[in-house]
Amino acid sequence: MAAEGKTIDALSQFELTPALGVLGAAVNFTQSNLHMLIAAAIILALMTWGMRPRAVVPGRLQSLAEASYEFIYRMVTDQVGEEGKRFFPFVFTLFMFILVGNMLGLLPYAFTFTSHIAVTFALAAIVFVLITVVALMIHGRKFFGYFFPEGAPVWLAPIIVPVEIVSYLSRPVSLSIRLFANMVAGHVMLKVFATFVVMLAGLGAVGPFLSVMPLALNVALVGFEVLVAFLQAYVFAILTCIYLHDAVHLH
Amino acid sequence: MPQLDFDNPLLLAQVVWLLIIFGGLYLLLAGKVLPKVGEVLEARAARIAADLEAAQAAKAAADAAMAEMRAAIEKARAEAQAAVAAALEAADAEAQARSEALNARLAAQIAAAEARIEAARNAAMGALRDVATETATALVARLTGSADPARVQAAVDRALAARGSA
Repeated sequence: MAAEGKTIDALSQFELTPALGVLGAAVNFTQSNLHMLIAAAIILALMTWGMRPRAVVPGRLQSLAEASYEFIYRMVTDQVGEEGKRFFPFVFTLFMFILVGNMLGLLPYAFTFTSHIAVTFALAAIVFVLITVVALMIHGRKFFGYFFPEGAPVWLAPIIVPVEIVSYLSRPVSLSIRLFANMVAGHVMLKVFATFVVMLAGLGAVGPFLSVMPLALNVALVGFEVLVAFLQAYVFAILTCIYLHDAVHLH
Repeated sequence: MPQLDFDNPLLLAQVVWLLIIFGGLYLLLAGKVLPKVGEVLEARAARIAADLEAAQAAKAAADAAMAEMRAAIEKARAEAQAAVAAALEAADAEAQARSEALNARLAAQIAAAEARIEAARNAAMGALRDVATETATALVARLTGSADPARVQAAVDRALAARGSA
């Protein structure tokens, strides 16, 4: 799916195709879902197989598992406070799922399921429903006071309340679009420059030398994408924590 | 953009499968896997805390032993000093007593010697008087033919007294 003729086809890499043969096609199981399954398997393998030694002085794999556990645990307790401990498994699942999904997508022939707005929006919607339900369960009707901060002049209510409602409702949108756009942009860029490599290589004698430039750029971009993959998972997780803090404490 | 092709039934199916996979992953992690990881971390924290506590106790014991030893050294030093002082005092007292006894003996010997000298001198003086009286009596008798021993004796005594006082 590289350069077909002389055109650059950067978007076909996001097309969904059924995976796992006839059985997968019958239940509309796509390659995107297959990668989700692989990501889940990697996470479970790391956290069970990696932790299996249960050593006091951890080895490499156990250190990785413990570091990810403690990283998210500290993030949740720092942002949400002591009450946030019961949300730790959720934030951990979310962070690891997005992180492994992003990283997995950087491998050749792999599919990046976080580059689908439907997926990222579904994840953001889960977060949105969770924070709304938690806020309603803890604060009941007082939750609606969230949309009008205490001490603000009453005559400003017609402005403040709609703004607060819109900002609250835009949370899942910004959350999902941020991740989606970052992943799509990165993969489109990688594909575009990879296509340049192929196209320049075909330009006669000087072509192979010219094509070294986009190749070098792509190498740098892959490194950059690793950073973005981690950063976006981190941003998603920490924003979830901040929203959970708002839900638990109301401001 | 394939992501926005909402007519594709695979797009919705993808989300349904996402919910199933994500939910399953959450249940597995929250139910079984993460508590076990937490147990390992807690066990380690507990062990480190216990080790630190043991180390603290050992340090306290060592400090106590050190203080005890220091006190013992201090006590031994004080005892030694007291013993030395007592010995010195006893030696002083003995030396004093001995020198006093020696002084007393020497004084007694000096006194005895003086008495002996006195007696010897008196004896010598008495003998000198007799000899002088006899000589004077003999001289006076030879010169004058007669002599009064009582008068001669008185004269000799006067002369001796004058010599002794001179």
